Amino acid sequence: MSMPRSHRIRRRSFLAGLGAVAAGVSLGSRRALAAEEARVNFYNWDTYIGETTLEDFAKATGVEVKMDLFADNDELFAKLKEGNPGYDLIVPTNDYVERMIAAGMLETLDHSKIPNIANLAPSFRDAAFDPGRKHSLPYMWGTIGIGYRKSRVDAPPDSWKWLYDSDRHSGRIAMLGDAGVVVQMGLKLLGKPLNSTEPALIKQVEEMLIRQKKHIKVFAEDNGQDLLASGEVDLTMEWNGDILQVMEEDDDIAFVVPREGGLLWQDCLCIPKGAPHPMNAHRFIDFLLDGENGAAIADFIQYATPNAAAKALMSAEYRENPAIFPPDSVIEICEASVYKGEEYQRLIDETWTRIQAA
Amino acid sequence: MDDLSANRRVGWVLGLPPTAWLLVFFLVPLGLIWVLSFGEKRGIVDIAITWTFDNYQRALDPLYLQIFAKSFWFAGITTAVCLLVAFPIALAITFATPRWKPILLLLTILPFWTNLLIRTYALIAVLRTRGYVNFTLEWLWEKADALLVLVGLGHLQLLGERFEPVELLYNNFAVVFGLVYVHLPFMVLPLYAALDRLDRSYIEASLDLGASQFRTFASVVVPLALPGIVSGVIITFIPALGSFLTPDLLGGTDSQMIANVIERQFKSANDWPFGAALSFLLMYITFFALALRAMASRGRSAMEAA
Repeated sequence: MSMPRSHRIRRRSFLAGLGAVAAGVSLGSRRALAAEEARVNFYNWDTYIGETTLEDFAKATGVEVKMDLFADNDELFAKLKEGNPGYDLIVPTNDYVERMIAAGMLETLDHSKIPNIANLAPSFRDAAFDPGRKHSLPYMWGTIGIGYRKSRVDAPPDSWKWLYDSDRHSGRIAMLGDAGVVVQMGLKLLGKPLNSTEPALIKQVEEMLIRQKKHIKVFAEDNGQDLLASGEVDLTMEWNGDILQVMEEDDDIAFVVPREGGLLWQDCLCIPKGAPHPMNAHRFIDFLLDGENGAAIADFIQYATPNAAAKALMSAEYRENPAIFPPDSVIEICEASVYKGEEYQRLIDETWTRIQAA
Repeated sequence: MDDLSANRRVGWVLGLPPTAWLLVFFLVPLGLIWVLSFGEKRGIVDIAITWTFDNYQRALDPLYLQIFAKSFWFAGITTAVCLLVAFPIALAITFATPRWKPILLLLTILPFWTNLLIRTYALIAVLRTRGYVNFTLEWLWEKADALLVLVGLGHLQLLGERFEPVELLYNNFAVVFGLVYVHLPFMVLPLYAALDRLDRSYIEASLDLGASQFRTFASVVVPLALPGIVSGVIITFIPALGSFLTPDLLGGTDSQMIANVIERQFKSANDWPFGAALSFLLMYITFFALALRAMASRGRSAMEAA
């Protein structure tokens, strides 16, 4: 199962960010740690870091950060599967953290080197997918729901049925091209736990989607927000942050988490096995979890921070935005996806192949 | 050539880079994938090579055969449309003045200067609901509607109440359109190469002896250009068959081609052995088609010789 997500921001700030990255990378190392080269190889999502974060870290510590980008968890996983090509820090989503722990691909974190863990909100200091947070620390989190064009709906489409089981918006619907997520949200509509692996239930979702297919315009490559913004579709299944970014430019767009609930995800900072600079990776994690640094990142990328110290520094506009921080009533009905084994992976892939071939 | 074969050392030095290249970057990786196709997935990262045929057996499931068939269908239509469009283009280049010929050839290969991904995104901007095709149609609709109002027929609303955009994107039409757009140069160039070599006196003779333009084209030009047609068909069909980017970006909910399934095996499904088996099945089918063609042409030349 994958969770591709483009962390898109406005072009100008992106270019500014690029400049900052270039500047950060070109800053030479000033002070080398005794044992380790002053460097961190960071493998991150696109536009998922603060405007000057890497530069600031280089200034503060003399450690240079080289950042590569991946487009989705599958790319990250495939790249590290055959052995770590030299990354010190990666940002997988929770179920991939679980999968990588199971495959023995993650290093144990030394919490004593990361005092800023104390900044994390209490609910993020432990996780079911990584008991005791031995291998991962939270970076950003969010939900999934329906982004929609207000002028084209009678009322907020607050049920997954508008995507999965209705001809009301025929031909004006985009779904994520992500088999795992599509099946899981279908299970939510059926009132079942999204982590169910029961083949009969998954079959039921498959049949529903095959019936609904003629009304769905596209299984989008994680560009639902663009399809919505350009008027190609009226409803799209998307990650909250992606919709938020187009909402800033278009007042007619809104986001809702359906009443059946959705998915809660969490992107985590992890050190992969075989990392050449683990000491500096720990320092960089600690730097990212600092209140001010965390606030600068959240302000730039507009995703929800699990960092209480960082959140306290943010504007009310950010802290009280329900599309960034959904109310508790919404969070209660959402679930986190867990890693369900390789057999499940195959079941989902075959389901997806059949849905598209039907 | 004689000098080369006489001086074996020069032959060795010149032959080594391409041989090494072929070995290291083509045959070895291909061999690895071939071995992988007889493997079994054990856990998340481990693959045991057990020389099982299970992956091939699974690939022969009707579900996947149906997707193979659909891919052949898409690639076949693409090749046919490319041939129809490319023939006049190649003829035009062949008979262009020496001044225009290089310019036309340059225009043909110009798209290669831009990355496939960027060209595909550009197509999205052209075909989407609020894209350039629909903008043009809307403009024409408005002009036509205004004209109707002008002649006093406005109240009949002959053209409908308002402009309805044409759905050009996210369907199978968009996939074939995209494939034709991408593969057209692959058809034009071999056709041009064949037509350019064609002895024009045959055409003149045919016309002089009273054959019509069409008859000359069908009985003289096409048979003489046949080698170009065959290579054009092959180098268009094979890459079109293995496309995954175009159906991914332009296709709708039922535009999945076999390469999309293969890609998923190496990414989200994390089933490399099965992906390897599907890839090799595709390759075997392609080889089989090429072998059939070789046999057919050998049969034909044998017949001609007899």
